[in-house]
Amino acid sequence: MATGSSSVAAHLRQGFGGQAAFDVEKVRADFPILAERVHGKPLVYLDSANTSQKPEAVLTAMDDYYRHANANIHRATHLLSERATALYEGGRAKAAAFLNASHPHTIVLTRGTTDGINLVAQSYGRSTLKAGDEILLTWLEHHSNIVPWQLLAEQTGAVIKVVPINEAGELEMDQFAAMLSSRTRILAVGHVSNALGTINPIKAMIAQAHAAGAVVLVDGAQAAPHLTIDVQALDCDFYVLSSHKMFGPTGTGVLYGRAALLEKMPPYQGGGDMIASVTFEKTQYNQVPYKFEAGTPNMAGVVGLGAAIDYLAGIDRDAALAHEDAVLEYATAQVRQVPGARIIGEARHKTGVLSFVLEGVHPHDAGTILDQQGVAVRTGQHCAQPVMDRFCIPATIRASLGIYNTREDIDALVHGLHKVRELFV
Amino acid sequence: MSELSELYQEVILDHNRRPHNFRVIEGATRQEGYNPLCGDRLTLYVAMDGGVIKDVAFQGSGCAISKASASLMTDALKGKTADEARALFEQFHAMITSDHSGPTADLGKLSVLAGVREFPTRIKCASLAWHTMKAAVAHDTDAPVSTE
Repeated sequence: MATGSSSVAAHLRQGFGGQAAFDVEKVRADFPILAERVHGKPLVYLDSANTSQKPEAVLTAMDDYYRHANANIHRATHLLSERATALYEGGRAKAAAFLNASHPHTIVLTRGTTDGINLVAQSYGRSTLKAGDEILLTWLEHHSNIVPWQLLAEQTGAVIKVVPINEAGELEMDQFAAMLSSRTRILAVGHVSNALGTINPIKAMIAQAHAAGAVVLVDGAQAAPHLTIDVQALDCDFYVLSSHKMFGPTGTGVLYGRAALLEKMPPYQGGGDMIASVTFEKTQYNQVPYKFEAGTPNMAGVVGLGAAIDYLAGIDRDAALAHEDAVLEYATAQVRQVPGARIIGEARHKTGVLSFVLEGVHPHDAGTILDQQGVAVRTGQHCAQPVMDRFCIPATIRASLGIYNTREDIDALVHGLHKVRELFV
Repeated sequence: MSELSELYQEVILDHNRRPHNFRVIEGATRQEGYNPLCGDRLTLYVAMDGGVIKDVAFQGSGCAISKASASLMTDALKGKTADEARALFEQFHAMITSDHSGPTADLGKLSVLAGVREFPTRIKCASLAWHTMKAAVAHDTDAPVSTE
């Protein structure tokens, strides 16, 4: 597993032989929307944790799919259906390779991270949990890794426990160890916090949770666009992600599941494609992973996801991460110098996210003024109300990075923040 | 930046810094307004006397637009009947959501918020206090009001 590379390593890599190992201008040219102007200003897109932009290769792959291959999969005998099925299953194989999963059949294609978590909660969770069993979450979780477990707790009588965080926005690992017990059935933890950017020490957490007998789901939505993920090395039981955060289209996602668990789990939704035979007396379910893919899926979305994975495979991801880390470090230093700015979340291991507040200015007002200058950030609670409550703030301004962001983008942000202060302070 | 200066007029910035009627009214009808996605939250207090709004005040946290809107609203409501308050709600709502073509009523000091209509994502900020007021006057719900 890759964690945040140190800035020293970043500079070494970038400086090697006087040549940048990662050519951000070349990458930027791959993303047509980055040439867009908003309010008459060049677009400065700093909202990739919300959704990432898409490279030309993804747009082309999806367009080609509809032009040359569109048909329903797994059922018709004609050539187009054969092409569509091959492309869809190809997307599954690419997702397996992206996560270093042992076999494509451990990959369930979903609508996204939220769908994947709900699937695990309702299928694995509902069929195994009993009253008094414990589900362990963390204070950093996105609402989509809280609410499905609350629904499950209501249905089963299970109890939710929450690992606290410190002032820096890091998990309290002593508390985590103390909260694990033989009653813990599920640990559901984000790989990277969407609100603060904290990279959690999930490999160690997975090992500790397994030692306590719990099954672990990792919400990888924010990790996938930044880190190299190896589900076998992590030894997690479930890993979920969304295509749209990692340069692919919306409405598509991946659930990796340990084969032995997927085999035992009951179907999540009923419908076509998830069955082997249907009679009114008895329906036989299809094999894994098709058992979990009821109905006509988002084929074009999976094709787009496959193209996004291919795109990332064509990039030196260590170098890309080093570039992003350097931009994040620069952003942190620059924003810190804006009078009245306070950074929320200063974990030692972070990636992709800079959350902050400006004294005397509500984040929404800052967001509107930044937008007028072409700078797109997210303001609000970031679907992580507990994190906001923990820091006693109603909202933050969040600048989040993709592989295409530059120091110039950060300069535009900081320039915009000074404009905000001119108006408000 | 002209639309921006239209939105953030000095009057609005003043009401944001020093909101009017920013206090609790003991014993008054109390209504919560909350936009969970942005985190804007206010509590509105309305004291009626013989069908007339005798006093109205609010507390809470939110952006400049939501705070200024609540502040200006509380100034405008005092002495109005429930029906007049509802009529003002409709006029205000029309002002911040209408396009330029239709005539809008002259809403006096409230007109400084007309610039909001150029910022569709901020209409929910300007209207939170007003929707909360509508619920408080009707006193028909204990659940927080939201404009998201």
